[in-house]
Amino acid sequence: MADLETPAPVADEVVVPGGPVAGGGRGEFGVEARSQWRMVTRRFLRHRLAMASLVVLVLVILLSLVGGRVWKYDYTQITPEFSTGPSWGHPMGTDGPGHDTFAQVLRGAQKSVQIMLLVALFSTGIGVLIGAVAGYYRGKVDAVLMRAIDLLLTIPTLAILAVLSNKVRQSGSWFGIALIIAALVWTTIARIVRAEVLSVREKEFVEAARAAGANDWRIITRHLLPNVVGSIIVAATLTMAAAILIETTLSYLGLGIRVPDTSLGLLVSDGQSSAQTRPWLFYFPGLFIIIIVLCVNFIGDGLRDAFDPKQTRVRA
Amino acid sequence: MTASRRAPLLEVSDLQVEFPTEDGVVHAVRGVSYSLEAGEVLGIVGESGSGKSVSSLALMGLLPRGARISGSAKYRGDELLGLEARDLNVIRGKKVAMIFQDPMTSLNPVHRVGAQIGEAIWAAGVLSKGDANKRAVELLDLVGIPQAGSRARSYPHEFSGGMRQRAMIAMAMANDPDVLIADEPTTALDVTVQAQILETLRKVQGETGAAMILITHDLGVVANMSDRVMVMYAGRPVEYGTVDDLYERPRMPYTVGLLGSLPRLDAEGERLTPITGSPPSLLNLPAGCPFAPRCPMVRDRCLSEEPPLYLTDEVEHVAACHFWMELGGEVIATEVFEVTTVDDAEPLS
Amino acid sequence: MLPFIVRRLLVSIPLLAVSSFLVFVLVANSGDPLQDLRVNPRIAPATIKAKERELHLDQPVITRYGIWVKDVVRGDFGTDNHGSSVRPQLWRALQVTLRLVVVALMVAVVVAVLVGVVSAIRQYSLFDYSSTFAAFLFFSLPVFWLAALLKEFAAIRVNNLFGRQLVFTIGQQSPDFHGGFFARLGDMAGHTVLPALTLILISFAQYSRYTRSSMLDVMSSDYVRTARAKGITSRRVIFNHALRNAMIPLATIVALDFGAVIGGAVVTEKVFGWHGMGTMLITGVTQFDVNLVQAWLMVTAVVVVLFNLLADIAYAYLDPRIRLG
Repeated sequence: MADLETPAPVADEVVVPGGPVAGGGRGEFGVEARSQWRMVTRRFLRHRLAMASLVVLVLVILLSLVGGRVWKYDYTQITPEFSTGPSWGHPMGTDGPGHDTFAQVLRGAQKSVQIMLLVALFSTGIGVLIGAVAGYYRGKVDAVLMRAIDLLLTIPTLAILAVLSNKVRQSGSWFGIALIIAALVWTTIARIVRAEVLSVREKEFVEAARAAGANDWRIITRHLLPNVVGSIIVAATLTMAAAILIETTLSYLGLGIRVPDTSLGLLVSDGQSSAQTRPWLFYFPGLFIIIIVLCVNFIGDGLRDAFDPKQTRVRA
Repeated sequence: MTASRRAPLLEVSDLQVEFPTEDGVVHAVRGVSYSLEAGEVLGIVGESGSGKSVSSLALMGLLPRGARISGSAKYRGDELLGLEARDLNVIRGKKVAMIFQDPMTSLNPVHRVGAQIGEAIWAAGVLSKGDANKRAVELLDLVGIPQAGSRARSYPHEFSGGMRQRAMIAMAMANDPDVLIADEPTTALDVTVQAQILETLRKVQGETGAAMILITHDLGVVANMSDRVMVMYAGRPVEYGTVDDLYERPRMPYTVGLLGSLPRLDAEGERLTPITGSPPSLLNLPAGCPFAPRCPMVRDRCLSEEPPLYLTDEVEHVAACHFWMELGGEVIATEVFEVTTVDDAEPLS
Repeated sequence: MLPFIVRRLLVSIPLLAVSSFLVFVLVANSGDPLQDLRVNPRIAPATIKAKERELHLDQPVITRYGIWVKDVVRGDFGTDNHGSSVRPQLWRALQVTLRLVVVALMVAVVVAVLVGVVSAIRQYSLFDYSSTFAAFLFFSLPVFWLAALLKEFAAIRVNNLFGRQLVFTIGQQSPDFHGGFFARLGDMAGHTVLPALTLILISFAQYSRYTRSSMLDVMSSDYVRTARAKGITSRRVIFNHALRNAMIPLATIVALDFGAVIGGAVVTEKVFGWHGMGTMLITGVTQFDVNLVQAWLMVTAVVVVLFNLLADIAYAYLDPRIRLG
């Protein structure tokens, strides 16, 4: 499965959030929290590559979500020109039967992006919840949750995906595929959040909050999570890259989105069979995937730099 | 600071170090000059961030790559600043050696202690690897490590903090250097161990006759070990003189304040006089004397004009204060600084 | 050391048991392996019944799992849905996959460490920027797209360039190949180049980034500063002090990866038509073939456990502060 699983790309170092911030922007420590956010925002804005990627990604997402409705051809429509290369009328050419490739890529990108966003949302939600609970309560709760994750990781991803997508496929919904992917990738976020919560919960301000009579829920949401929010944001961003790569791979293998609908992975798979004669059918959908994933990775990198306090450290 | 006839052992003049950061340029060292003669011990005192460590790391070529260094630092007349690692290594570790602040992180965790000391000897190219390792054991014995032969085969994590610092001293002494730079050698250690380490330093310094630069924030350590003292504040020296002179007749209010913050057993009944406020940021130094905001003697002139190092009434004693004359004779801190109780003092942030 | 190893192996047995049970139930419930036979009107219901009995499909899943366990402890992996024995298929697939991933990972690690080290010591140089960009690009490439690109376009160019077929795009070796040992080796190499390159580029990206950041961490450590203060050569500082420490986390990661890739490079194998572990898994999963999937699971799980153990041992060997126990 080495080339199928894409666990949080660019996860080349442990993410450290920008120092302890108690109070999460409210109450007694509000000023400190706000200035930290300002610093993070400023650092991110200064990261030119990440900013450019953000602009490109937003444009691509907008294009894929609404482009299909605006573009003159529908992705199912068969035009009289078949097998033509890129031209003004068909910027990405047409396929054998005469489908406009641009319309198809827009449709495919729409599905892929929808899945990507949904996976990021769900897996972050589950991951943060499980990770925070395991890290905060430690002991038995932690042991049980972590062993469950270990178990989940021993089961071949592909088996789960294939089996579940067999069931989901009947309904044929991208929603179901997103849920399946989310059910698998949340473990990465859970582990990161757990590790951070484990270390932050020992800090003095958590002790102080407990002494002041705050209950567990309040401590977790007001004191612990604001301190690990940097790591969560970075991990969630990188999850999007993993999600779109897994989705397109599944579709390419014939285990994800299926005909009559389409996805970028499926388009590459179709295009590959005629790669020698109609290379545009292969290049354009692939290029779309690369642009999206590359942008997401650059943004994740920029965010990590922005949250990393090492940036301003000077040896004295 | 007199000009000497022949080249001194170590001569630093107008050393400046800047670090470009995201928020602007940090002027960590703003013009440090001193000279060191053979066998002499110079103490450099200051709060953290006063530039005392940075100025020493600069002449060892150990600052991070972004640092901008200017000025001059000469060993026996040879310029050290701006040398490539290859050329610097002729002097570094052989003629000028250094001991660092934190012995817990300064030794490589994956190599045996003896091998790390032996490497320094062997790198000088005189002894073979085997002889270098034998010499390493002798050095460990010299710095007071029991069963040096077997301890040389231990890893750093098997040593206590004090023993690690002894090993660091042994490593620094490996090639019998002329100059030993000790950068806060006792700060990270237990009080009881501190005295032992200082004693070891004094012993090896006495036996080898090396000159020493002792960097510390502890005036007590300096008083016991040094011949002369340089007090640093906000990246530059603010007072310089012999130990006796400077301790008895300080001519700069900051030094007076430092001495007044020092609890003394022989001065029973006297009150401590803490310096209020905190050192300025080296990012945007305001005009005038950097100590002015905390100075009890501050005048208008102090806010507009940064004082140069004035020659004072004592020989070889300079001080950066426009009004050093007002501190004539023996100075007692309680007469200059208001005696404050802890409640009044501004919290140090 | 030995008690540690034994304890670790014992701990992993229940995990293996639970995992095998879950996968068994999962695959057994995922679909009907006899679907094709049932929709074929020319096959008599009696034949199907017999087939069901042969594959124990007429019994509850728990009983089937029991039968499977009883066979496995005797070293028998059973038969696939078509009646042929699983064990020889498993060994063949394992060999094929090993050849691919061992070559790929070794090359990737060596190149990535070199590039990562140079990037770190020449931080913010042109080399650093270009290798960083390359790493990000390869990270972001879908494996299937990269593999297909190499297969459909690069292969033809290379072969045209040399005027003869040097690299092959289908299979792990030519079917009925005749020739001496070296000709045979050359044929295998020609088949391995492209799929291995696919894996190398992808893993290179990860390892070089990892080496770089690990080296940067270590280069700013106090003990590297001590080493430089000693006056030893820069080369010795970098290799004997910095890299020696930076390798510790990297070695662990690579050992873990070696364990994980034994499961096969599913996509690469599929694109290049290799019959390795990945293909075996896909076949098992899509044909609801429980015994194939279970055999795959057992081998990969055991290898993962062993390499996790190896990673810990490597860690303890490289870092004297770590004690196994």
